[in-house]
Amino acid sequence: MNDAVNYGLGGSAGAAYGRALDPDHVDTIHGPILYLDEITVSFDGFKALNRLSLTIERGELRCIIGPNGAGKTTMMDVITGKTRPDEGTAFFGQTFDLTRLPETEIARLGIGRKFQKPTVFENHTVFENLELAMKTDKRVKPTLLARLSAAQRELIARTLKTIRLEGSEDRRAGSLSHGQKQWLEIGMLLVQEPELILLDEPVAGMTDAETAHTAELILQLEGSHSIVVVEHDMDFVGQIARKVTVLHEGSVLAEGGMQQVQSNERVIEVYLGR
Amino acid sequence: MTRLFPLPVWSAVFAVAALLIVVLPVLHLAVPAGHALHVSSFWITLLGKFMCYAVVALAMDLIWGYTGILSLGQGLFFALGGYAFGMYLMRQIGRDGVYGVDLPDFMVFLDWKELPWYWAGADSFLWSMFLVVAAPGLLAFVFGFFAFRSRIKGVYFSIITQALTFAAMLAFFRNDMGFGGNNGFTDFKRILGFPVTAPEMRTLLYVLSGLYLLGALVLARWIVTSKLGRVLTAIRDQESRLMFLGYRTLYFKLAIWTLAAVMSGIAGALYVPQVGIINPSEMSPANSIEIAIWAAVGGRGTLFGPIMGAFAVNGAKSWFTVAYPEYWLYFLGLLFVLVTLLLPRGLMGLLEKLRRRRRPIDAPATAAAAPLGEVKP
Repeated sequence: MNDAVNYGLGGSAGAAYGRALDPDHVDTIHGPILYLDEITVSFDGFKALNRLSLTIERGELRCIIGPNGAGKTTMMDVITGKTRPDEGTAFFGQTFDLTRLPETEIARLGIGRKFQKPTVFENHTVFENLELAMKTDKRVKPTLLARLSAAQRELIARTLKTIRLEGSEDRRAGSLSHGQKQWLEIGMLLVQEPELILLDEPVAGMTDAETAHTAELILQLEGSHSIVVVEHDMDFVGQIARKVTVLHEGSVLAEGGMQQVQSNERVIEVYLGR
Repeated sequence: MTRLFPLPVWSAVFAVAALLIVVLPVLHLAVPAGHALHVSSFWITLLGKFMCYAVVALAMDLIWGYTGILSLGQGLFFALGGYAFGMYLMRQIGRDGVYGVDLPDFMVFLDWKELPWYWAGADSFLWSMFLVVAAPGLLAFVFGFFAFRSRIKGVYFSIITQALTFAAMLAFFRNDMGFGGNNGFTDFKRILGFPVTAPEMRTLLYVLSGLYLLGALVLARWIVTSKLGRVLTAIRDQESRLMFLGYRTLYFKLAIWTLAAVMSGIAGALYVPQVGIINPSEMSPANSIEIAIWAAVGGRGTLFGPIMGAFAVNGAKSWFTVAYPEYWLYFLGLLFVLVTLLLPRGLMGLLEKLRRRRRPIDAPATAAAAPLGEVKP
């Protein structure tokens, strides 16, 4: 595998315009922040993704729904570099080829992901979880010598407030409730200051009140971040949805506003009507 | 200072260090033999040896207790450091060997006429110091790079390290390796021209071992209380999550792994002149497993625990191998089983429990204090 940083110059959308490339910032001058085209992933002959094409605009909040096995998590895996597609192109902004970059590099460039199952560092405190996630130089030596600046402490304090964990910063993350862990993970995403946030079932296992708060939280982030939410919970999607994409058997079945999608006959057939 | 340890802990560390590094050597050198307060050379050598072991246990704690990488080949790095310094010690024998020639006795025995090329520089103290760091460090770095890059983890990693030390042992057993075959190096005479068996030299090596242990403890504590330490425990608990946060865990593991190897190698170099011998049995798989047991008995992820474990297990070993030599391995196995079942957090966990019973205050949660069950092997 090509472990070196590859800015996708070999790809079809390379630097053909004579513009200087900023290797550390996502370039969205000419369009979407995320661009998937004809992505195919198969596992032992089973096509988890089948010529999936999808674009996310900068600042957009997009909900992705679909029955189990529709390829939602595989799509997330392709975007974060965990799974390599067999075919197709995936670009972050104009210049970063997601099919080639290693996963740590993709994370560093500004794609943050919240996993389906809340994965926080259970033996670390809430504060330490946020400290680890924070956007900073993550190489070995700077990490050894790292001291939190006043601004970074301020960011953590603000984030704690946003995710309603104020006063719990010294609690062991493993002792949090399920919903609180989900929020902590969202908080860990926020301090990473990502350009694009991927949320995999953010309200799974949450109470109604927690779900409502999470919806509030996500709507707060809209505009300042580009967000992709994968969710089963239709009520929740109804609360936050602007534009909805329905996946089915690895490709896009329908796309549009919530009403529009809900009245689509094929969607009703495969998903809503079950 | 107070960031590393709370004040009472510093006081305890300094009290123990002063006793070990100052009081005992003075009692050894200044009080005449036969006096009730005299500390015999037996004790100085024994404790000096234990302090070298304790540093290896500390290194083990850094990689296993904190980072979750169980090395079952740590004895190899210890032995390499020992061999690197042993080469210098062999050259310092000069013409005082059995055959009275310039070459080490075992080379004469093999009918070699001159030193092999890799012995070049062995006459130099500085070069041997360099080798003590470089040999274990380089091997650990290269091995670690490929193992971690291939994402070898858990028991697979442990087995490979076990195989590595076993292979090295077999290689060092061979006479034509040029490291003395199964006899290894022994009959040392001098360091920097001073006789190695003189009480002053013995005491100096002992004091150096003590200072080294103290320094290694402070270094290890500094690392585990830094953000790097929190990254290491996060690698132990949830490595893939950390990668999605943008940490290249390969380099973190490589750094701590190489550091642990170098720490062990220097300990080996201090150990060899004190015990007077180094041979390939130091690389035997059982030796490396014992190192893991020291850490487990003392309590992983606590730094103090593995140091106590090294002293306790080796103390028991010294007594046992005199009193009931044939039962030592059974006892060691039993100890490991009992500790795993009854004291999953080792001696440190036991102390903590006793302390809490006396003064039932909830200690603040720390990342290091993960219960054994949650730590991957």
